[in-house]
Amino acid sequence: MQLTKRSIVVSNKEQSFAEKIYFPAIIKGMAITFSHLFKKRPTIMYPEVKRQYSDVYRGQHILKLDENGAERCTSCGMCAVACPAEAIIMESAERKKGEEHLYREEKYAKTYEINMLRCIFCGLCEEACPKEAIFLTDKIVDAEYERDTFIYGKDKLVEKIDKRIDVTKRQTPEVLEFKKLPGLKHNELYQKKLNKEKH
Amino acid sequence: MLEFIIYKSIICTIIFVVSLGIAAYSTWWERKFAGLLQDRWGPSRAGIWGLLQPLADGGKMLFKEEIIPNVSNKFLFVLAPALFIVTAIMAGVLIPWGPSVKIGETFYALQVSDINVGVIFLLGVTSIGVYGIMIGGWASNNKYSLLGAIRASAQMISYELAMGIALIALIITAGGTLSFSEIVAAQDKGVANIVWQPLGFIIFFICALAETNRAPFDLAECETELVGGYHTEYSAFKLGLFLFAEYINMFVSSAVMAGFYFGGYNFPFAHELYQAMGLQEGSWIISLIGFGAYFTKTLIFISVFMWIRWTIPRFRYDQLMNLGWKSLLPLSLLNLLITVVVEYFRGNINL
Repeated sequence: MQLTKRSIVVSNKEQSFAEKIYFPAIIKGMAITFSHLFKKRPTIMYPEVKRQYSDVYRGQHILKLDENGAERCTSCGMCAVACPAEAIIMESAERKKGEEHLYREEKYAKTYEINMLRCIFCGLCEEACPKEAIFLTDKIVDAEYERDTFIYGKDKLVEKIDKRIDVTKRQTPEVLEFKKLPGLKHNELYQKKLNKEKH
Repeated sequence: MLEFIIYKSIICTIIFVVSLGIAAYSTWWERKFAGLLQDRWGPSRAGIWGLLQPLADGGKMLFKEEIIPNVSNKFLFVLAPALFIVTAIMAGVLIPWGPSVKIGETFYALQVSDINVGVIFLLGVTSIGVYGIMIGGWASNNKYSLLGAIRASAQMISYELAMGIALIALIITAGGTLSFSEIVAAQDKGVANIVWQPLGFIIFFICALAETNRAPFDLAECETELVGGYHTEYSAFKLGLFLFAEYINMFVSSAVMAGFYFGGYNFPFAHELYQAMGLQEGSWIISLIGFGAYFTKTLIFISVFMWIRWTIPRFRYDQLMNLGWKSLLPLSLLNLLITVVVEYFRGNINL
């Protein structure tokens, strides 16, 4: 059965003289390899040259600060619930008096850890977040020598006040609209799924 | 006498350093060229264009853990790489790198030793080289190493014959001299030997590939079948010496081919060029230009070796033996016959 037009039927016929002395084939082969000297190379010299990523590339996470520099995260745990790899762990705490400039709402995440070895960079945490607090950026997670160092705490995840990261390209009108839906749609879907499982 | 010793030691040092330097940078060029042929860039991290790569590789080889297997014959195990590299460098003493330089009243040849039986010395030394591989493979006490060593020695014996007969034809063409420098000098007056010995050159070239254990004849160290072949058990700098010696072998055989068949330091219209530049015989500029010509030819041959390696797949063992005994040996005898007839009619042989 012929599957493609390029397929060649194998035969055991006697080799011709030209095939027996190898030379024509060798010269042909060497011409082919030589022609590759001048071909365009697809190599990207990685650390110096970076190939252009998509605007919505899903890399390392960031916990955003609001306009005043207070943390947006209220430690609701929606991201941890949404996470299919169970990579997110957090601990909540109550905001004390005098900490209003640090945390936006009364509850905040005392610790917030993402295990970068577990994370599959699906972006569901970003989608689940009702407070626009967690985003994925185009930064690639660094290589490390130890497994422990892949668990990123707040020290690595929270955006630095003097180094704000622009995530407006991820907040397209559609995304914002989606997030504004009453009761949050993804939450409803999740509830529906839970109900189905109960019945 | 003192003058002679100084002159010889300078030449020796230069040839030694250049051989090692070329061997080191052959590894770089091998990888770079392979990359270029395969639509990659090759080494590019260490220095500009990866030019410091040989140093990094050498450093790696030096500082890695040195393992000598318990069951090996330790004396021979250590001897083998040394023997291999010594013979590889020894073959380089014959090469006349350029026309003689005249300093004062004496002519100084750019050659370590002008042995009058140079061709025989060359064949002898290169065949001692295989002892390094054999001893190394046997002393490792490892099946794969032994198999690699057996393959290497069988291959050497098979191809040495055809090579020797091709060289006999060359010597007849060159006027019956066995001295390397005279063979090169003979091509100064007339044309390069390749014109009279095209078939001989092809045979010699194939045999040189086999003698240096280069692809497509690198059965002695084929990774897919024999792990690492004869150097499976070797590590650190002993392995480095083996690999290094192979590149020196390649350099020497490239130089030999360039000298025997392509005129060495001679090139077309050399005398016209020297006359136009107003240079006397024995001027160091002539030597420098001649050396440049010889060196360029050698480097081109090294590149061709590599080009072949990255094009042609490895021969099977029986194919290798078939090619050596059933094709190259009769062909070289035929070439000898043709050469004798041609030279008789050219009037170079008197019966």
